[in-house]
Amino acid sequence: MELHLTLNGKPVSKTIAPDASLLNFLRECGCHSVRSGCDTGNCGICTVWVDGQPLLSCAYPAARAEGKNITTLEGVKAEADELIRYMAEEGADQCGYCSPGFIMAVLGMKRELQNPTEKEVKHYLAGNLCRCTGYASQTRILQKYLAEVQNNG
Amino acid sequence: MYTIKNYHFAESVDEAAALLQKSRANTVLGGGTWLRLGERNIATAIDLSHLGLDQITETEEEITLGAMVSLRALEQSTLLQTQFGGLLARCVRHIVGVQFRGLATVGASVASRYGFSDVITALLALDTEVELCPGGRLPLAAYLQQPPARQLLVAVHIKKDGCTAVHTSHRLTETDFPVLAVAAARCKDGSFRISVGARPAVAQRCPQAEQAAEANGPEAAGEAAAEMLQFGSNTRSSAEYRKVLAKVLVTRALTELAEKESLAR
Repeated sequence: MELHLTLNGKPVSKTIAPDASLLNFLRECGCHSVRSGCDTGNCGICTVWVDGQPLLSCAYPAARAEGKNITTLEGVKAEADELIRYMAEEGADQCGYCSPGFIMAVLGMKRELQNPTEKEVKHYLAGNLCRCTGYASQTRILQKYLAEVQNNG
Repeated sequence: MYTIKNYHFAESVDEAAALLQKSRANTVLGGGTWLRLGERNIATAIDLSHLGLDQITETEEEITLGAMVSLRALEQSTLLQTQFGGLLARCVRHIVGVQFRGLATVGASVASRYGFSDVITALLALDTEVELCPGGRLPLAAYLQQPPARQLLVAVHIKKDGCTAVHTSHRLTETDFPVLAVAAARCKDGSFRISVGARPAVAQRCPQAEQAAEANGPEAAGEAAAEMLQFGSNTRSSAEYRKVLAKVLVTRALTELAEKESLAR
């Protein structure tokens, strides 16, 4: 079947299988930041925005994305780079596999929550798992990042 | 993961219901989060996204949740944060993550009769009816007891009866399936509705616990729930532990309710 949508601001038209996942579709479009981390829909690594909302691309049927705006890490590069600088300073990522999903979730959170408390940040990001860091380094950089970016933005 | 031969956006509720009845190989898609864990071969996948079923609406008498309302929408709804003590907004808070909750739907949770469902557990502690096509409305408790028939679940209606309610659960980790889930409501006439889910079977009310709560307080209610409900074992927990948890969680839920009420006065 034919799928037409907007991907990172550009129109895309492709033939897809009716049971294609949005994740596989996006990777076939060259968005390799979108990864499969768990096969069970619980790790958050595949997080992309559908019409601005962070969702799991592994479970989202590609066909349902007809006419929608999809944003991956490739589409928010400048904003992501800013967050990544904060992460790099604290060594907040190790293997980096969870980073794209984490960044998409954080940038989504930044748009949804105003001056979130640490508890609210942890609740929002509870669906983004990381095998390496134990989350402490990520929590540290987020407090700094949100304070500085939300005050300047 | 599933396979699909034909992906179809339904153009009306009646059309979707007819497609569902046409073949056992036809399946309604909710958020896709449970389906992706299985290996179903779907002939026609019925997508309800174009039917406007993703709305939370209210009248003087009731609140209506369309079948495609996401669990995230429940959580973020200012209406649901203030109704029923915020029960429906809070009962989903442990479910995986915001992205998952943005996909999973009320309709799929209820129609699938998931034993582990926090949503069903909470809805059963309210005055809830499901709306089916074909079939019309019937109480949630009756729907859960019926064997699944190929009826499309269109909406969930909850009577605005002024009750206050809480939800609590025990989970092995913060975002895992519940080992046991409890929702308890105090009605305006002083009576209680106590719903225990993830037993691991689907939520049930416990009339003996409800009577004990009114007559003798939270601990007596907890004991009655542990005594009178059926529990089973699975990978997450044993029946014996669930029985212990039932007493504790029902007691806690009722204690929390009492505190909420005294704060409200």
